[in-house]
Amino acid sequence: MFSKEVLVCNQVGLHARPATFFIQKANEFKSGIWVEKDERRVNAKSLLGVLSLGITRGVNITILADGPDEELAVNSLVDLISSNFAE
Amino acid sequence: MQEAVYSVKLEEIIERFKLECVFCGENISDVMVESADINRPAMQVTGFYDYFDARRIQILGMVEHTYLQNQESWQREEKFRALFSKRIPALVVTRGLEIFEEMYPIAKEYNIPILRTQLSTSAFMSALISYLNVALAPRITRHGVLVEVYGEGVLLLGESGVGKSEAAVELVKRGHRLVADDAVEIKRVSSISLVGSAPEIIRHFIEIRGIGIIDVKRIFGVGSVKDNEKIDLVLNLEAWVEGKHYDRLGLVEEKTEILGIEVPSIVIPVKPGRNLAVIIEIAAMNNRQKRMGYNAAEALSQRLMEGIDKTRE
Repeated sequence: MFSKEVLVCNQVGLHARPATFFIQKANEFKSGIWVEKDERRVNAKSLLGVLSLGITRGVNITILADGPDEELAVNSLVDLISSNFAE
Repeated sequence: MQEAVYSVKLEEIIERFKLECVFCGENISDVMVESADINRPAMQVTGFYDYFDARRIQILGMVEHTYLQNQESWQREEKFRALFSKRIPALVVTRGLEIFEEMYPIAKEYNIPILRTQLSTSAFMSALISYLNVALAPRITRHGVLVEVYGEGVLLLGESGVGKSEAAVELVKRGHRLVADDAVEIKRVSSISLVGSAPEIIRHFIEIRGIGIIDVKRIFGVGSVKDNEKIDLVLNLEAWVEGKHYDRLGLVEEKTEILGIEVPSIVIPVKPGRNLAVIIEIAAMNNRQKRMGYNAAEALSQRLMEGIDKTRE
């Protein structure tokens, strides 16, 4: 299990299109990946799951992965969020 | 993560039970209730405070009221001071009973809300306990789909892309109900039952690969959705593995553990072209029948044994 915390700081947060980029990226990995916000943990590969967290700008989330490519998965997703989805 | 302590706002309880705020106190919106247990302070008003749990809502009914009425004013003052100084979350007076004058200054001093209901003590207590059990239940979010099929709550689990959402839409078309897609919030509402619902933001939406998000309630109508449902059966959908042994008889009952409760579960192998909705319907009906006391696999086995016994004779 590998995990990292990241601050969401793009304009709209993890909503609509950024969320689709996020889950697309997550689906590239073999590991099981989860997003956690305020003790609620959802599958990072599921669009509605991620949307249900209501992650807005300025929120801290934790990305966790468990599997063969867990480190790469977490780091890639953290990079994607930190880069503000290349907005 | 699972054993976190949950709390509910006192204001929500007031709103839910339409309680009269006899004395609100300051910052009532900050008052949180953490205990699903409640207490009738009958022993406490007589002065016995061993094992007293100050986190519980206190309910003052006819017994306590009559006892206090027969006390002198200074005694009542003393007793309320003892109770309120424990920093209880709130005191609820039932049956619309009269509020003792001595309560106000002490409630103000310790900032303890005094509420009142017209309900009888037992009726209010049972309603409050069942409400608190749900509001404070341990909970977990699982990736899956929850549907109600023939009255059975069926939780579909499995990897992304295995076809859970498609199966759910097919079930809805066949007259069953969708509760949650993708993320299911599960609460342990009692030591034997789990209830699932959808997170409010995505309630009644479903994602179908290639189409995107659809609103099930709008497309199929209010009869096609449900806000929450108990979980009676777990179906683990997995891609069919050639050569893997799948259950053929159904004599062994597998269980899946969720929040410490064992739920009957079945592994359903998924193959393109296999009509999942029908299989889920059958699994739900079979589970229902088992709960009602008939197990087809056992009945068949019984018949075989009887046949063998007959040939021996």
